[in-house]
This record gives sequence, structure tokens and C-alpha cells, in this order.
Amino acid sequence: MRHHLILRVITKILAGTIMLFAFYVQFHGDYSPGGGFQAGVILAVAFILYGLVFSVETVQRVMPPWLVHRAMALGLLLYAGTGVAALLLGYNFLDYAALNAHDPEHGQELGILLVEGGVGITVTAVMLSIYYAFVGRTPVIGDEEW
Amino acid sequence: MAVRTRSLFALAMLSGGFSLVSAALFVALDAVDVAFTEAAVGAGISTVLMLGTLALTSRYERAPAHKPWLPLFVVTVTGAALIYGTLDMPDFGDPNAPAMRHVMPEYLERIPHEIGVPNIVTAILASYRGYDTMGETAVVFTAGIGVVALLAALARRRRRGEEEES
Repeated sequence: MRHHLILRVITKILAGTIMLFAFYVQFHGDYSPGGGFQAGVILAVAFILYGLVFSVETVQRVMPPWLVHRAMALGLLLYAGTGVAALLLGYNFLDYAALNAHDPEHGQELGILLVEGGVGITVTAVMLSIYYAFVGRTPVIGDEEW
Repeated sequence: MAVRTRSLFALAMLSGGFSLVSAALFVALDAVDVAFTEAAVGAGISTVLMLGTLALTSRYERAPAHKPWLPLFVVTVTGAALIYGTLDMPDFGDPNAPAMRHVMPEYLERIPHEIGVPNIVTAILASYRGYDTMGETAVVFTAGIGVVALLAALARRRRRGEEEES
């Protein structure tokens, strides 16, 4: 898409904004609608949009496939690890009150933050790797073919 | 409203638009979290993935080889059964609905001093229903692994094969 000037300029402006919005949804999810799942999808969209307009190779320089594949597992491990941490501290599995023995309410908040972070990482990585897997097989389409 | 087209590109765009409309419907029903997910996943990601699939296959649907009557019959019967099922649902906003009476009052009472997270949906999803959400994350993870195993590995093997040939 070399000659699509408007698309390229708009994408450059939007990609950062979309990422910022994704982080807002992620970390403000305790107060407003949203959470790890939505934030993960939005963050992935920022990369996918960039990949669509520029090229997959450009995105893969920032987010190489090996990193994305590991991040898929990392997010789930962060989630389950929070649960196991509670277990090791003598509480029930995924009982976040364990994370702050003096103030269970703060422990709950911290636990939710970690768990939502795990969901966000996994969802971003899965969406991106599905996109990579689809695009990696495609012969590049010329602009006229659409 | 009915649309008939064999152009799969138009269909992908239409289904994205349909998702956006149903997201607006969820907002009207006060389910903002669900609407958010529908808008991001249904209208955003799945449309892009459908376009990606289109790029791999053909742009137009082939004319079907058989008559549409049997599928039409199955769809009509299923739709009628589903609509019959909604007749028993409680009215919108009914305070005596089972969903409002079962565990909800307890959650609403306990969350402000037990969790300290103002968004009730987040509190229930991540804390009280932590197991479920972990299961969902595992499902997403499994889907990702499946796609990578099926598509990416195949592409790599094919590329290696081409290199050996050349």
C-alpha cells in the first residue's frame, strides 16, 4: 500500500492512540466498563492495523513471532501463578486476600490487577499470533485486486 | 431486512456492521461490558480475521449444488424453538427475575467492603468467578495454540520445502 498516503498518516497517528486507549481500558477496568479481555483485543488491533497498512514484516520487527508465542503462555501462567501464590500462602486457590494479609481488600485489588494483566497479555498475544498465522500464508494482494 | 449477495467481502463487512448494531443493543440493555466486548471482538477482530481468511480463499461464494429447502426448514424450526424459549423469560428489568434474586443481592452487598473495586462486573469476573475466567483464558490460549500449530507450522514446513527444492 505504498501510495495510500492518507491511510499511512492516519495509521501512524491512530496506532499510538489505540494503544493508549487499550491501557486505559486495562487499568481503568476496575472503575469503568472494560478489563483484560477488551484491552487485549484493542491492543492487538493497534498492531494489526499497523500490519495491514504497512507490512507484517514491519510489525514483526516490534513484535516478533517468538515473543508473541511466549507471551500467550506467559499471560496464562501469570493468572494461574497468582492462584498458586495464594495457595502457597495458605489460602484457597485464587483467593487474592492472601496477597495482603493485613488488608484483604487491597489484596483483592492487587490480585484482580495481576489476573486482568494475565488475561490481557494472553488475549493480545493470541489475537496477534492468529493474525500472523493467517497472514504468513497469504501471497501479498495487489491493490487492484480488491 | 434481507440482503442476498455472493460477495464474501460484502458479507464480512455486513457481519461486522451487524456486530456493531448488536453492541448498541447491549448498551440499550445496560450491559456495557458485554457491548464493549462485542464491539471490540465482533466488529473489530473477527472482521479482520474474516478478511484474512478471504485473502486465503476465494472472494465469491460458489452457487450451491443442492436446493435450499432442507437447510431452510432446519433453520426455521430452530428459530421457532428459540423464540418459543424466550416466551418464558422474565420481563426486561424485572426485579423478581431469577438472575436478580439468586446470588446477586449477596454480591452487591459484599463487594464494596470485600473487594474494593467499584466495577461490580470486574469484581465478580476476576474474583468470585476467578476459576471461570481462568478457564476462559485457557480456552483463548488453546485456540491460539491450535491456530499456530495448524497454520504457522504448515507454512514454515512449506517454506522449508521450497528452499530445499530451489
